[in-house]
Amino acid sequence: MDNKNKITVKDLNLYYGDHQALSNVALEIQEHQITALIGPSGCGKSTFLRTLNRMNDLIEGVRVEGQVLLDGKDIYGPDVDVVQLRKRVGMVFQRPNPFPMSVYDNVAYGPRIHGLKNKRRLDEIVEASLRAAALWDEVGDRLFRSALGLSGGQQQRLCIARLLAVEPEVVLMDEPTSALDPISTLRIEELLQELKNKYTIVIVTHNMQQAARVSDVTAFFLNGEIVEVGKTDQLFTKPRDKRTEDYITGRFG
Amino acid sequence: MSYRRNFDVELAELKQDILRMASLVEQSIYKAMEALLKQDPLMAKDVITGDDVVDRLRYEVESNCIRLIATQQPIARDLRVIVTGIKILINLERMGDHAVDIARAAMCVCGRMPAKALEKIPEMARRVQLMVKEGLDAYVHGDVEKARVMCAMDDEVDEIYNLTFQSLISYMEQNPHSIPCVVYLLLVTRYLERLADRATNIGEDVIYLVTGEWQELN
Ligand SMILES: Nc1ncnc2c1ncn2[C@@H]1O[C@H](COP(=O)(O)OP(=O)(O)OP(=O)(O)O)[C@@H](O)[C@H]1O
Ligand SMILES: [Mg+2]
Repeated sequence: MDNKNKITVKDLNLYYGDHQALSNVALEIQEHQITALIGPSGCGKSTFLRTLNRMNDLIEGVRVEGQVLLDGKDIYGPDVDVVQLRKRVGMVFQRPNPFPMSVYDNVAYGPRIHGLKNKRRLDEIVEASLRAAALWDEVGDRLFRSALGLSGGQQQRLCIARLLAVEPEVVLMDEPTSALDPISTLRIEELLQELKNKYTIVIVTHNMQQAARVSDVTAFFLNGEIVEVGKTDQLFTKPRDKRTEDYITGRFG
Repeated sequence: MSYRRNFDVELAELKQDILRMASLVEQSIYKAMEALLKQDPLMAKDVITGDDVVDRLRYEVESNCIRLIATQQPIARDLRVIVTGIKILINLERMGDHAVDIARAAMCVCGRMPAKALEKIPEMARRVQLMVKEGLDAYVHGDVEKARVMCAMDDEVDEIYNLTFQSLISYMEQNPHSIPCVVYLLLVTRYLERLADRATNIGEDVIYLVTGEWQELN
């Protein structure tokens, strides 16, 4: 694991009003690796994920302290363009949320927003993104039908394609398969393995086996703190902290 | 509080099954040596027929371990408990086979064993039995230190093995007519030496179970 750090989080604290949701979080997220975030409900995984592309800015009363360095540069710095940041660091949510428009328009949405008008270039991006998201074979012949007619697993891959179309560097995923059946879940997991060659991926999951299967590094959160970070195979065979062991083996009170 | 009470019960039962099998194997080793030293063919026979129970237990408990892996998807310590469980089962089953080997040798020498040739074999057997017992105690209590101390005893057994091997050879040179019998004693020392190695394997498994680290101790 001598990859370079894509994101470095230092001394991160986050408050929702008076409620402190993250305390002194520090984490190094390596390029071209999949980092899994695990921990009990309410421990701050989603909150943490949202700090990585400043999605929390959209929530009333949130205060963030500390640093999140993307390629060494603090994303909370004064001269950061948040729209540009979210293009570089994109997010896939728990429930597939395709826009109520055609498959094609969903994928072309981002590039168009960023000013791309050339039809042929858009066609190329749409096809490449759908292929990268392992969806092309299923929807290549119905690009102009509504995305809402796709299955849940297809919709989720469409959302991934939509994200890839704007060529992000980091992909954040918040329980991306929790609404999917086992086969769709495995397809997305397979897809992650392919995507990691090009992107840096951070995934929140409640499924221990999923974290164990897909990730290179796992961080265990508890009450807004990181209790343990380690190589996934080490953390799942020989966790260092008793609390990690209790959580991953289901003996948690 | 645990959300896996049923699983915890199954893991506790696994340990009990292993200990049940271990105590059968300990008895077989003890009886096989008694059969040899007391020249008792009936006892030897007992060991040989009793091995079926050990073999059956091994497959039963091993299948159970595989079922637990498939249905419970154990990780971390749970996984180590099951994986070391399987390894200890296999070691115990082989130890049972060595006891049978000793019992067979005992039957072959019955009624014609030159007591003088025995030399340090009884002492070697006592040490091996102690190693087995200590190894199982270490397993019961998850005692890494005990496992280490036990594994260190293997060196002494090896030393006695080498000495005994030499002296049995000399004995045969001086008493050629005893060769057909003493050859079996040679085999017995070899089985005892293998038993000590198996006990050491169990010690290594105990250390892995507790610490998650593999250590080669023999
Ligand atoms: N918008 C919000 N306003 C106020 N408090 C919030 C908000 N979002 C989350 N919290 C609080 O912050 C803490 C962390 O919540 P978060 O959603 O990050 O947890 P999580 O680890 O993602 O949980 P889950 O696994 O259930 O999704 C919780 O105590 C939660 O109640
Ligand atoms: Mg969440």
